[in-house]
Amino acid sequence: MSTFLGMPATAPRGVGHLRGDESFPEAARKALGNEQLRRNLAHATTTIRGKSGAVVAELPDWQELRSAGSALKAATMARLPELLEQLEANVTAAGGVVHWAADATEANRIVTGLVEATGHRRVIKVKSMATQEIGLNEALEAAGIAPVETDLAELIVQLGHDKPSHILVPAIHRNRTEIRDIFLREMPGVDPALTDDPATLAAAARRYLRETFLSTKVAVSGANFAVAETGTLAVLESEGNGRMCLTLPDTLITVMGIEKVVPTWRDLEVFLQLLPRASTGERMNPYTSMWTGVTPGDGPQEFHLVLLDNGRTAVLADEVGRQALHCIRCSACLNVCPVYERTGGHAYGSVYPGPIGAVLSPQLTGVADNASLPYASSLCGACFDACPVKIDIPSILVHLRNEAPHPRTERIAMAAAAYTMDRPALYARAQHAAKLSRHATRLPPPLNGWTASRDLPQPPPETFRDWWAAR
Amino acid sequence: MTSKDLILRRIRAALGDTAVPDVPRDYRRAGAGKPDIERLVDRLVDYKAVVHRGSDIAGIVASLEPGRLVVPPGLDPAWLPPGVGTVEDEHDADAVLTAATVAIAETGTIVLDGSPDQGRRVISLLPDLHICVVRPDQVVAAVPDAIARLDPRRPLTWISGPSATSDIELNRVEGVHGPRRLHVILTDR
Repeated sequence: MSTFLGMPATAPRGVGHLRGDESFPEAARKALGNEQLRRNLAHATTTIRGKSGAVVAELPDWQELRSAGSALKAATMARLPELLEQLEANVTAAGGVVHWAADATEANRIVTGLVEATGHRRVIKVKSMATQEIGLNEALEAAGIAPVETDLAELIVQLGHDKPSHILVPAIHRNRTEIRDIFLREMPGVDPALTDDPATLAAAARRYLRETFLSTKVAVSGANFAVAETGTLAVLESEGNGRMCLTLPDTLITVMGIEKVVPTWRDLEVFLQLLPRASTGERMNPYTSMWTGVTPGDGPQEFHLVLLDNGRTAVLADEVGRQALHCIRCSACLNVCPVYERTGGHAYGSVYPGPIGAVLSPQLTGVADNASLPYASSLCGACFDACPVKIDIPSILVHLRNEAPHPRTERIAMAAAAYTMDRPALYARAQHAAKLSRHATRLPPPLNGWTASRDLPQPPPETFRDWWAAR
Repeated sequence: MTSKDLILRRIRAALGDTAVPDVPRDYRRAGAGKPDIERLVDRLVDYKAVVHRGSDIAGIVASLEPGRLVVPPGLDPAWLPPGVGTVEDEHDADAVLTAATVAIAETGTIVLDGSPDQGRRVISLLPDLHICVVRPDQVVAAVPDAIARLDPRRPLTWISGPSATSDIELNRVEGVHGPRRLHVILTDR
């Protein structure tokens, strides 16, 4: 088969953080043994759920905003080529430079090259899912460039040589004592008498990062939204580290997935209401920065925008699964998910954990590389209700379960069942045989995997056929 | 083939003839509600901002003991209290005094747009105290009203309360990197 160059391609292997080292069930089993983790997660998800519910209830038109957000995303995807070219034209007209990256490898090469061209060896970073997805920090480090995460949670994760476990609060699996220990061990110039009081820990991070902010000439960010009509980029944050990175350096490099574009300036009136309320449970996040190209005399005078595919077009090619691209990374689905709440984010093996990760990661990588993730769900539907842009995650999960390769034993068993059920006499005999096994609670190998975590259902004392024959 | 051509081809191949859906706009649009100053005050205070009301701006600023103050070039000089000196360099400042462009009552948000009385983005970022003056005619009801008034070609900073983090066990801590204190002066006219 010849490959048509325009065929959507999945995210390449060997780069970035979309694939775990082990399957979800294996990783989840280990996580379930960690009581501290479950306590931290239960506290976090319950608290955010409560806050979000309260501020969502304040808006009389929440459902109308959700419908508008959902339709806006679908309309954006349907017009994506046109909107991306419009965005490029407007960013360029405003003094920015736009780059296109077909995958993680190319995006890393572009960003590394741009940093090298400045002559600087250190960059400050705003928390960004896209740069985590492509493994940008590792690529920069390999080129001798030091990336410094400036979001407090990302800093905790980076100093702890750890991985993020939540989209919004990446260090939520750590408690204050663990964070103090990480700071004492890893933060240069930290006060040895540091306590585990959250305000004291935050102040230590402020002191540590202030000099870095003021002396670093290059910043890397993601983007929450990019407006095609005007070329305006938006970053929503809380701490002010984003504002520092977006205004202090000489050069700003923003990496964004191609799905983040919105058609018009007015469309932000929808998303700026949906995102903070669904995400942090605030009426508005403390800081939002918006910029269009470069502004003479104010902020970075060199701006680069990197538009990233890395499997997104493969997601777009699936008519059922493409709505996973509507995600605005609010993490509301994580906070309502009974599976996420018990296993935490690391079990998903990807930078995108929780329900949205269970549908997005396998599509970005190809289902074969993340085949266990569509099963990392109880299909309870809470994620669908919580999603501010109404992504039907349960339907995508079921759809992807069909796409995933099934184990050989399962295929053999299903083929045998189909053969038997096609033949009435054979089926009747099989039912009688099943009755004989009434007191069994376990299945023999290779089917024992199924009964390892659940009892075998008991067959009824009388089959329908016997009852029908006897009446 | 450039990566741009490759990505655009991939998108077109993926989409086929996908139709563009209509976007329902039956949420509350700009102009649907009246600006409510009391609600703005309530939301600002909820975000740990301190609100002052009155017309004696210079007097209120003086009472906050701003220390070394930085101001944008187009600020109304009458807002500066006599005897309080200003510094040129925001790196040396303890406090910053700015005007605003829009304030959103429903969310407790103040937007700066880099106008001469608001200045470059960095001056309202580095000092520890931000004093921001808001006029009644700048208050709008909700986010759509603000979007309708703002010019996206200007650099915009939306501020809702002082800098905050909830990254450590979800405890809210004010003041990580931005100003630790936000004082809003709501003028009478």
